[in-house]
Amino acid sequence: MRTTTMTMRGTTTMLDDFLIRAGLAGIGLSLATGPLGAFVLWRRMAYFGDATAHAAILGVALALATDLPVPLGTLVVALAMAVTVASLAAKGWAVDTTLGVLSHGALALGLVAISFVHGVHTSLEAYLFGDILAVTPVDLVTIWVGSLAVLALLVWRWQALLTATLSADLARADGINPDRERLILTLALALVVAVALKVVGALLIAAMLVIPAAAARAIARGPEAMAALAAGIGALACLAGLSLSLWQDTPAGPSMVAAATAIFALAAIFGRIRRA
Amino acid sequence: MLLQAQDISVLLGGVEVLSRVSMGVEAGEIVTVLGPNGSGKSTLLRAVLGMVPLSSGQVTRASGLRLGYVPQKLAIDPSLPMSVRRFLSLPHRVSDGEAADVLARVGMDAAGQRQIAALSGGQLQRVMLARALLGHPGLLVLDEPTQGLDQPGEAAFYTLIAQVRRDTGAGVLMVSHDLHVVMAASDRVICLNHHICCEGTPRVVSAAPEYRALFGLGTQGALALYQHRHYHSHDGTEGHGADHAGHAHDHHDHAGHHHHAG
Repeated sequence: MRTTTMTMRGTTTMLDDFLIRAGLAGIGLSLATGPLGAFVLWRRMAYFGDATAHAAILGVALALATDLPVPLGTLVVALAMAVTVASLAAKGWAVDTTLGVLSHGALALGLVAISFVHGVHTSLEAYLFGDILAVTPVDLVTIWVGSLAVLALLVWRWQALLTATLSADLARADGINPDRERLILTLALALVVAVALKVVGALLIAAMLVIPAAAARAIARGPEAMAALAAGIGALACLAGLSLSLWQDTPAGPSMVAAATAIFALAAIFGRIRRA
Repeated sequence: MLLQAQDISVLLGGVEVLSRVSMGVEAGEIVTVLGPNGSGKSTLLRAVLGMVPLSSGQVTRASGLRLGYVPQKLAIDPSLPMSVRRFLSLPHRVSDGEAADVLARVGMDAAGQRQIAALSGGQLQRVMLARALLGHPGLLVLDEPTQGLDQPGEAAFYTLIAQVRRDTGAGVLMVSHDLHVVMAASDRVICLNHHICCEGTPRVVSAAPEYRALFGLGTQGALALYQHRHYHSHDGTEGHGADHAGHAHDHHDHAGHHHHAG
């Protein structure tokens, strides 16, 4: 990383460096969003992911106001949001209503709170849509450490998570506590949100969880294959979106999600043909 | 005792679904819970397995007891691709040999590569039984295990359960609402309608007025057929004293014998 900062002077190497960092950031993030996205689909947590991601904006405001690192602020608030929603749902609150209120409430509150923090109006867009081309070496390390932590968590609990996802009752009979497994996924989700904010932005984090996994579902015949394929598709979408952004000057985050959507369409058609 | 429930009550949405129920299962014993729809049978199973909170009472399990649970149904999200073979490796991975053996045992020999979501109800229940058996359970808990099976399939299923009990010495606790085969395949029957109406050996329970009232049987009925087939006499034993006789039969040793289904 040190050499990176030193070679910033040359124009060509600078171009290469920020591109390589952006590419590596996308690949690193996909390692986590692929497998986690599969669980988001299997457990129907898409809106839950949205709410958690929207809360990240509030976390940004909090971090800026208190001079804490932004990823830490987003991690804390995203985790608080995820735990709140999960416990309200467990208490029998209507999940749709709860998510609708908390998700948009947190987003709006976050946007209002950020406007109070001095001098950040210009960068608001970066938090909403991501700013992968401005990924610093420190960001890159944060993304990889966070993603590998999520991946390790999922691999470690894989069998138990899968059993609990299939049926909470079966898990209980097997001596697995499904509530604990749900908490582990909640924690993983908050970590991914904190890490993904810089790459795709709060509004599209859930898309990077859901779309690559949905594309993988059309092809995969087993849960492990689906998770691995989702990671690969996510990485491919990041690189494709990045290229599009570079050559056509489109916003990077939305370009990646658009690329993932195109891959999903191809995978769906391919899956349909193969099954026919 | 593998498992014992003492005076357990369960409230679901403010309604008392189970009211002061006490029951237990011993090793090698097949206990069937009978009752009409909505009588709390599934809830009783879920309560003794710790899946629903008790409003009062307590459940004790033998220490280190391994459970094999076959739920009534399994709602699999279509977004989760899962073959039968992969399902058998949850939560503990098993070898291909073990998987093939257990599938053959439940009569699902060639099903390993099929997707769980594509199975019929009866096939899925046999696969879930196979998975439960792989855990070498000390107690098998089956919730309406023959739903979705035709009559030969049902008879084969109970033969299999009896065989598992004989081979492994496992206790079996199951729920059913079909009468004859269950009666023949159980050591002890518990009639449930939110509380225990009557309890005892199949013969005693089938003669109990509480049981007959619960299932609306006259003096002729499924029961007469059953008794004719297995006991030949006793046609006039219904009436008073049935409950006492039931308790007398509760505690005998079942290790040596088994009933044949059908």
